[in-house]
Amino acid sequence: MSVNVLPDRHAASAAAPRTEPRRSRRGSSFQKRQSFAGALFVLPFLVIVILFLALPLGYALWLSLHSESLAFGTRFTGFDQYVHVFKDPEFRDGLWRVIRFGIVQIPIMLGLALVAALALDAINSRVARLFRLIAFMPYAVPVVIGALMWGFLYSRTFGPFAGVGQLFGGGSVNFFGGHLLLVSLGNVVTWAWTGYNMIVLYSALQGLPREMYEAAVVDGASPIQIAWHVKVPAIRQAISLAAIFTVIGTMQFFNEPAILARFAPDIDAGYTPNLYAYSQAFRFGAFNYSAATSFALGLTVFVLSYAYVFLTRRRAARA
Amino acid sequence: MSATTSAGVKPRTRLAHAIMGLGMLYFAVPLVWIVIAATKSQPDLLSTPALWFGHGFDLVANLKQLFREDDGVYGRWLVNTAVYSGLSALGATTLCALAGYGLARFTFPGKRLLESALLGMIMVPGTALVLPTYLLLSHIHLVNTMWAVILPSLLSPFCTYLVRVYIAESVPVELLEAARMDRAGELRIFLQVVLPMIKPVIVTVFLFTLVATWNNYFLPLVMLSESKLYPLTVGLTTWFNTAQQEAGTRVLFNLITTGSLVAIVPLIIAFLMLQRFWRSGLSSGSLK
Repeated sequence: MSVNVLPDRHAASAAAPRTEPRRSRRGSSFQKRQSFAGALFVLPFLVIVILFLALPLGYALWLSLHSESLAFGTRFTGFDQYVHVFKDPEFRDGLWRVIRFGIVQIPIMLGLALVAALALDAINSRVARLFRLIAFMPYAVPVVIGALMWGFLYSRTFGPFAGVGQLFGGGSVNFFGGHLLLVSLGNVVTWAWTGYNMIVLYSALQGLPREMYEAAVVDGASPIQIAWHVKVPAIRQAISLAAIFTVIGTMQFFNEPAILARFAPDIDAGYTPNLYAYSQAFRFGAFNYSAATSFALGLTVFVLSYAYVFLTRRRAARA
Repeated sequence: MSATTSAGVKPRTRLAHAIMGLGMLYFAVPLVWIVIAATKSQPDLLSTPALWFGHGFDLVANLKQLFREDDGVYGRWLVNTAVYSGLSALGATTLCALAGYGLARFTFPGKRLLESALLGMIMVPGTALVLPTYLLLSHIHLVNTMWAVILPSLLSPFCTYLVRVYIAESVPVELLEAARMDRAGELRIFLQVVLPMIKPVIVTVFLFTLVATWNNYFLPLVMLSESKLYPLTVGLTTWFNTAQQEAGTRVLFNLITTGSLVAIVPLIIAFLMLQRFWRSGLSSGSLK
């Protein structure tokens, strides 16, 4: 990510007629003290990073490279478990399901969020402000509770929607079965996260300098043309950042299926890779295999998101 | 606004408003439903139309029963949730503010490395860390304590990144130089000069870490095994499991709906009240 360093540069050139005058004037003891102070500011964060990011990652890696069995105890097995994980049909099914889900759900959600953000940026009315508020509200609802609410709304006993089918002469709709299950899950996710992404993109739009599209307004471009040809390219960075976070979130899919599993028997222990890792550890006590599973998943996510950054950067550079 | 000044775009605005109206309906339906459902007794919940009130208005009765059920365990969950998320948010915000400032305005050995690692850290899937953290914490007998939820929640590389970007944009170096000329200590400069200038991003980071912990399910689910320690998310799902297993013999579904409503109200209020702050705080990070 590029970071605005203009203030720093400006300060340096204003205070520095010669090269590096500050160092020669105040000596290196000042510099040392400064660098010590800076390190101290970062230290508490660094401690937490080491304890709760680096250490768990290292431990998971260690676990995944070892196997535990009654006959041999714990022994080093290298990448055997990874080979096993990527061959494991349950893991592969889950992974493929999550990828298919993401391919459909992510563009729909981000597309809606982008259109809504552009509309909010162009229209400043009371309706628009109310919409902004209400669309964002699901973000403040715990995912678990959001999924529970939708579970009730989908259900035949509590919900208003299952009966819709009867209006058209069919039976009641089963939102928890067949192909509709993934759609139902997608709806829960879309409901929860569209508003959040909308706000992120809207904030980016609000940060754009007005002069940027004043010329286009003078030239008689319509608001939609301006939105598409000026505003969208200008916030491309924010869009791709939102996309990366969404991809990471989708690959870790856990809460929504875990909750809806109580309504939908089709959601089994291997429905998503994360559910699989969880059930391996806490149902079967297979901690080493579970570590290998979540590491394999994490690695897939990491590679995918980095590939995404790489590709979008390249395209941005070419444009 | 350009949309209303030039002629011939009014109908387009009206169309946009109509679409926004539909959108509001979509986003509001589950929330409206939960408010209505919280006013119903269990029989009404099962027999009356979902999106309209039942025969009786039982919100108060539901609330009373909610805080009495299982020896008032719901109140306990509510307090737990507030404590876990309050402490996590306070801690994480402090760490992020300090580190963001350190990265934005100082140079020290290893800084470049840390900065480039920051983006990688943001991309590490959080749930991949939960299982190994659980195993590590169980070695030192910290699982099934509140610390098992709070300590891992202090980690927030994204917030550090957000603060760092905000400071780089909005806190001029000259100001810090001037404070140093006045012989102010570094910590004092941070507390009295920098902190007031970055209030929007601090509120944003605080709210977002608060929500992250308040809404977290996976971490407490893995870490905690004692019902007394549960936060709302885990507690309500255990009630839901019981409600389903006993197939309505115990009156629980109305408690789940009422409990869900009580669980989401504080956060919605917090967001509404602090809207002004978090919106301006967000705009800086999203631009990059």
